[in-house]
Amino acid sequence: MSERLLLSADSVPRLPRHAKLRFDRARDCWIINAPERVFELDAIAGEVIQLVDGTRSLAALVDELAAKYDQAPRADIERDVTAMLQNLADKGFVIA
Amino acid sequence: MTDQADVSVSAPTEAAAGPSGSRSRLIPYAVLCELTHRCPLQCPYCSNPLELERASREIDTDTWKSVLSQAVDIGILQAHFSGGEPTVRKDLEALVEHAAKAGLYTNLITSGVLLTRARLDRLRDAGLDHVQVSFQDTEAGNADRIAGFRGHAKKQETARMVRAADLPLTVNAVMHRQNLHHLEAMIAMAVDLDAERLEVAQVQYYGWALKNRQAFLPTRDQLDEATRIVEEARVRLKGILAIDYVVPDYYARRPKSCMGGWGRQFLNITPAGKVLPCHAAESLDFLEFENVTERPLAWIWEHSSAFNRFRGTDWMPEPCRSCDRREIDWGGCRCQAFALTGDPDTTDPACEFAPHRQVLEMPVGEAGGEIPEFVYRRIGNS
Ligand code: SF4
Ligand code: SF4
Repeated sequence: MSERLLLSADSVPRLPRHAKLRFDRARDCWIINAPERVFELDAIAGEVIQLVDGTRSLAALVDELAAKYDQAPRADIERDVTAMLQNLADKGFVIA
Repeated sequence: MTDQADVSVSAPTEAAAGPSGSRSRLIPYAVLCELTHRCPLQCPYCSNPLELERASREIDTDTWKSVLSQAVDIGILQAHFSGGEPTVRKDLEALVEHAAKAGLYTNLITSGVLLTRARLDRLRDAGLDHVQVSFQDTEAGNADRIAGFRGHAKKQETARMVRAADLPLTVNAVMHRQNLHHLEAMIAMAVDLDAERLEVAQVQYYGWALKNRQAFLPTRDQLDEATRIVEEARVRLKGILAIDYVVPDYYARRPKSCMGGWGRQFLNITPAGKVLPCHAAESLDFLEFENVTERPLAWIWEHSSAFNRFRGTDWMPEPCRSCDRREIDWGGCRCQAFALTGDPDTTDPACEFAPHRQVLEMPVGEAGGEIPEFVYRRIGNS
């Protein structure tokens, strides 16, 4: 890593090697394992993070969610998803 | 290696969203596997007990494998391989592979002095997720003096090999009065080594470190300067290097939440198979610990008297009992309370409300005075 990653609509986010996503049956939620940390994701964050696989751009990812949750405005989804992923990126758990 | 870093293994699990505290049954997050107490280094702040376990008492490969499988069954997510120096064990690859196949996140906590590139590649291929390398200082002479071993140059080489093997790296630096003036250099070194994380760990004063307290305890001024440096670096290096930093207990107003609460998140297994609520818990010499060779891990987690002794809030005296932080810091560190006051049930003196707060006055008052010789960690030196 050499400079701060700022996510944009064109970014193609993925998890870095040190962050491992998996569903945990004991806790009944998606979690990210990272050094000395465990992130427990709520249902919505769990859905978003499953789309973070290094194949979709952030824009495409938002489109997919917007199609699925058509009662929420796309702009709101984009704002929330970007904020969530930027937060994870700042902690080193999402790269692009 | 086994430095104070081990403490943060328990580190706060973060709920990215939603409360998770309402579970009725406690599910542990991490197990620290102390594979051996053998180690070429002799750090005077080592968190291993004063009574080091000899090689002949170490549990074997199959027992460790069984423990790792059981850990998964009780909901554990992460296995940290530590020691002593875990790479002393020839079966490390086999254990990492077993853990990774079982779905555990695997972390190697090492001094780095024994690792080769070939072995790192094997460990990576076995499924190792992360490596943490400890440093005693940035300057070789001082680093080697603190470690009681000429290893600084090799550690740097190992850290580079870790990144070359495409493994994520944490630099762990235990900082104290004899190296805090190199904190800025340490941060620069971590960036230069392409680490994703730097742990600025503090010496915690029980066991070996308590014997060496005067040699390690920084002054208030040193500490304030360190805090300023870390805060500045965190802003400057956001998204480049994550820095974990905790103010040392003796200068804190409130204790830290040790291991996220006694028996709540974490288990430590000693080289001989004893199961502890934290790596220092053997210093509480009145506790009885169960052994993985005698009981299932699930039973130990739930029923062991040592785990239940300080679990939750029922054991608490005042002022903790009626304090609104009692489920935040859980009354602080039991080992520290016992080491400093002789009373394991009292509020950690690191809390400003503690009835025994004054025990910190003497060491804090003497901080910055003459620097005594180290008592190095080695068998026969306790
Ligand atoms: S009184 Fe006890 S619970 Fe309250 S802050 Fe101090 S240690 Fe924590
Ligand atoms: S409270 Fe005691 S048992 Fe827990 S980490 Fe601190 S020293 Fe260890």
